Amino acid sequence: MGAQLRVYKRRIRSVTATKKITKAMEMIAASRVVKAQRKVAASTPYAAELTRAVTAVGTGSNTKHALTTQAETVVRSAVLLLTSDRGLAGAFNSNAIKAAEQLTARLEAEGKQVDTYIVGRRGLAHYNFRERKVVESWSGFTDEPTYADAKKVAAPLIEAVEKDTAEGGVDEIHIVFTEFVSMMTQTALDDRLLPLSLDEVAKEAAPKGEILPLYDFEPSAEDVLDALLPRYVESRVYNALLQSAASKHAATRRAMKSATDNAGELIETLSRLANAARQAEITQEISEIVGGSAALADATAGSDR
Amino acid sequence: MAAELHVAMVAADREVWSGEATLVVARTTSGDIGVMPGHQPLLGVLESGPVTIRTSDGGTVVAAVHGGFISFADNKLSLLAEIAELSDEIDVQRAERELERAKAEGDALAERRADVRLRAAASR
Repeated sequence: MGAQLRVYKRRIRSVTATKKITKAMEMIAASRVVKAQRKVAASTPYAAELTRAVTAVGTGSNTKHALTTQAETVVRSAVLLLTSDRGLAGAFNSNAIKAAEQLTARLEAEGKQVDTYIVGRRGLAHYNFRERKVVESWSGFTDEPTYADAKKVAAPLIEAVEKDTAEGGVDEIHIVFTEFVSMMTQTALDDRLLPLSLDEVAKEAAPKGEILPLYDFEPSAEDVLDALLPRYVESRVYNALLQSAASKHAATRRAMKSATDNAGELIETLSRLANAARQAEITQEISEIVGGSAALADATAGSDR
Repeated sequence: MAAELHVAMVAADREVWSGEATLVVARTTSGDIGVMPGHQPLLGVLESGPVTIRTSDGGTVVAAVHGGFISFADNKLSLLAEIAELSDEIDVQRAERELERAKAEGDALAERRADVRLRAAASR
């Protein structure tokens, strides 16, 4: 076998191995998307009921609560960025990071200090590499987040909101995550978690102009709000984590699918080249044989004469 | 047909139980509360405790609920809890072990959780 042909054969073998791996990763991601989507759906009743309850308290009483009232001057905002622990997901992480950076720039332009909180090793690595300050970060659960994880993430945020800004507290919480629109579309977006704008919440909860009943609060509207709002934040964080996980798997599936397709194309091109090399080798051998025998024939014909 | 109310018990990550009922008893921060069909709209904070649901076919469903809310309006009752388990889902042995451990470590919250689980499991 010629040297050229051997090189082609070797490359085909290596690309085939890569293709097998990416194909497997594509299939794993595809099955995980379905699972993650199911989890998003399972968490929806809780989120919906909670939103309904928050709206009921917010609109049904005139309570002023630290978590719902807008500070007059916002000194510091917290930005929670949700990324994944692992890459191989196309532009998934860079899109989320980009969205977070745009938001940070916007907030800083408004004269606010920005505290960054990060979920996922990828986002953390990005910030650490640029030596930017990160207040707190979490990782290790981005593939399959549980409610306990959401609680862990939400706790310092709620604490920071309840603290005075002079002591390092924050006035606003923004969350940047990747919304799972469909298998093909996932968009990174930012959203203000706190302070809640009740109008928006009300719009989400009662789109059909449904009138909320006058609730009897047990023990009191303030206490209910006190207990309700942290749960609301947790459930929003949980939902964002789940959507982010589903989006990540969908992005991985797509990235791995195009990697598999590319590997297939590469194998095809390489096999063509290998075939051509093999054919060239054969042609050369034949012409060598023919040339050799012609020379031999010429030589014998000469001695005959 | 007796008056009924629709109950939906949802935990953070799943719907635990839903169906028709005639009476729901739950523990709020200011004491036990019983809700029957036609109750006035209510929103309360739940304590860690067992919730008893009398279903319209005469059965009883008991669940251990840890923290959360009860909200009632338009004959629809929702029980929102971070953690909620039906009595027949509770692993008694595990809860007992948990109770021992919590007592040994003096973890009042965990002790209460385990205690609620055991009480809910005992009533099945």
